[in-house]
Amino acid sequence: MYSKLHENNLNFPFTGGGNDIQWCFSQVKGAVDDDVAEADIISTVEFNHSGELLATGDKGGRVVIFQQEQENKIQSHSRGEYNVYSTFQSHEPEFDYLKSLEIEEKINKIRWLPQKNAAQFLLSTNDKTIKLWKISERDKRPEGYNLKEEDGRYRDPTTVTTLRVPVFRPMDLMVEASPRRIFANAHTYHINSISINSDYETYLSADDLRINLWHLEITDRSFNIVDIKPANMEELTEVITAAEFHPNSCNTFVYSSSKGTIRLCDMRASALCDRHSKLFEEPEDPSNRSFFSEIISSISDVKFSHSGRYMMTRDYLSVKIWDLNMENRPVETYQVHEYLRSKLCSLYENDCIFDKFECCWNGSDSVVMTGSYNNFFRMFDRNTKRDITLEASRENNKPRTVLKPRKVCASGKRKKDEISVDSLDFNKKILHTAWHPKENIIAVATTNNLYIFQDKVN
Amino acid sequence: MFARGLKRKCVGHEEDVEGALAGLKTVSSYSLQRQSLLDMSLVKLQLCHMLVEPNLCRSVLIANTVRQIQEEMTQDGTWRAVAPQAAGRAPLDRLVSTEILCRAAWEQEGACPAPGLGDGHTQGPVSDLCPVTSAQAPRHPQSSVWEMDGPRENRGSFHKSLDQIFETLETKNPSCMEELFSDVDSPYYDLDTVLTGMMGGARPGPCEGLEGLAPATPGPSASCKSDLGELDHVVEILVET
Repeated sequence: MYSKLHENNLNFPFTGGGNDIQWCFSQVKGAVDDDVAEADIISTVEFNHSGELLATGDKGGRVVIFQQEQENKIQSHSRGEYNVYSTFQSHEPEFDYLKSLEIEEKINKIRWLPQKNAAQFLLSTNDKTIKLWKISERDKRPEGYNLKEEDGRYRDPTTVTTLRVPVFRPMDLMVEASPRRIFANAHTYHINSISINSDYETYLSADDLRINLWHLEITDRSFNIVDIKPANMEELTEVITAAEFHPNSCNTFVYSSSKGTIRLCDMRASALCDRHSKLFEEPEDPSNRSFFSEIISSISDVKFSHSGRYMMTRDYLSVKIWDLNMENRPVETYQVHEYLRSKLCSLYENDCIFDKFECCWNGSDSVVMTGSYNNFFRMFDRNTKRDITLEASRENNKPRTVLKPRKVCASGKRKKDEISVDSLDFNKKILHTAWHPKENIIAVATTNNLYIFQDKVN
Repeated sequence: MFARGLKRKCVGHEEDVEGALAGLKTVSSYSLQRQSLLDMSLVKLQLCHMLVEPNLCRSVLIANTVRQIQEEMTQDGTWRAVAPQAAGRAPLDRLVSTEILCRAAWEQEGACPAPGLGDGHTQGPVSDLCPVTSAQAPRHPQSSVWEMDGPRENRGSFHKSLDQIFETLETKNPSCMEELFSDVDSPYYDLDTVLTGMMGGARPGPCEGLEGLAPATPGPSASCKSDLGELDHVVEILVET
């Protein structure tokens, strides 16, 4: 006989999905005040492969890494908190002298390498340059030098009367980040994606018109594997918006375009993968056609499922799940904020229609999540077909407070607790979200704050 | 809002004269909106060219939108009735002009700045006028009132902010097309023509009343098609990094 207690049994981290889970506020990081410093705007969020580390990049070119406390699993009422582990300046603003243009230091993407030894490695990229960072811990230091004092000053050799062997003694933990590789000068256009291959030796970087393949050890050379730049730039009508390697097949990758298509390429077929192996495209719905149809079909993010069998794409109004075996239409479509369809002209005017929302899978590929406006984010349970809208707000500040589902009233009478479309704050957008690879912990970035939510424990 | 295939009726149900004009306005409200969208898009392309390093994806999407509008305006074949100037000033939310684009192109090539179009009041109708007849359409009686007066403050820094642009245009009197283009170098006139769907080189006069309902002379599609090449040229300027 199964009681309600069983439903909340913590030993099953992926019970049911989005709606069976009750999401609770856990932590919020970042400045409290409403006056947002431009440099603090979060531009990317990514868990590492174990979920123990959570990295964020911001517009000021900084990377902040949070580490989860190792909690006592038997007694805990919640999973460990994330605390700052390391902060470093990844990219600096640069100036392109040939074009007289500034190159922004904003971190566009961070991708973690799987851990091979004590140190952690991640790739971070701005518009033009990718860097491999090594993050290592130091908790011992040598003491007892013969020729140096403890503070580093050199001793007068004549005062040395005995010799001793220096020994390592414990010290306060220091986390150091050092750039190990800099992959530069390979992109004329702005880098929008990086993706590490399942061989863990190579990775791809994609800009608006080209995709390059790199070896992690080699910085002075990269191979161009996709090039959609037309001979005559006047003919340019489509750009690359995102790219990702398949999680299991090291020869397969996909890239999405501004026209709503996804191309799957096999690197074994030819050196230059301009001819796709598969083309995923959903035919347009003629009844919804408008001057904005193309813009809203532009794909802002593409993510393979952990299993590698599906991929998810995000366009302006929806999330689509594609089966890699079926090219002519997605197997599932979820409306994120369909109530915006009648507002497209205003959203075009204020440029919101160009916002690039990301999306992510949970660890078991049963639930997908994406952001929206008004600091709302949405989750879709693929099994139960239920969805939920939650808000990242400091108002639900107490840990273990269950988040209340939110609802937008599209038209007609607004019920109590609903918010009308016209009251939505379009400056509060959630573009970046991440889901812990193993547990029901999510990281949601508002403009300059990072929220961490967990499912309710007990 | 901008669904294709929107049926544009010949209006018959308004009772008074002004009503008839208002009816024509309804008919052309789609074209006004479309023109407004076109103008907005051109301003966006302009602004993003002014930014440090334009977002290529955004530029391409906007340029494609401009192309779509252009294609639809040429495919329309029948140029629709336009609300005559007597309808008064266009709504002030009518966004700015293609003139901005011309100015930008100018600035790049170091030529003289264009005269201000005072476009806030040069209505949609003017831009998608009937390609009328080489015989000059009778000038609208009010046109003399709309001659450009005062200095052309629109000449100015390339980097004028949008607010400044709107402010300048609001104070301008609308002028008749002839005046506007009287001292414009023809290549840029062509540019503007392409973008606003007008026939290159024609001297359009404002349409009046039911004249506007006359079917288009065969000219426009042909020349507009060739002018699409101009559009590509424009896009190249704007999009190429």
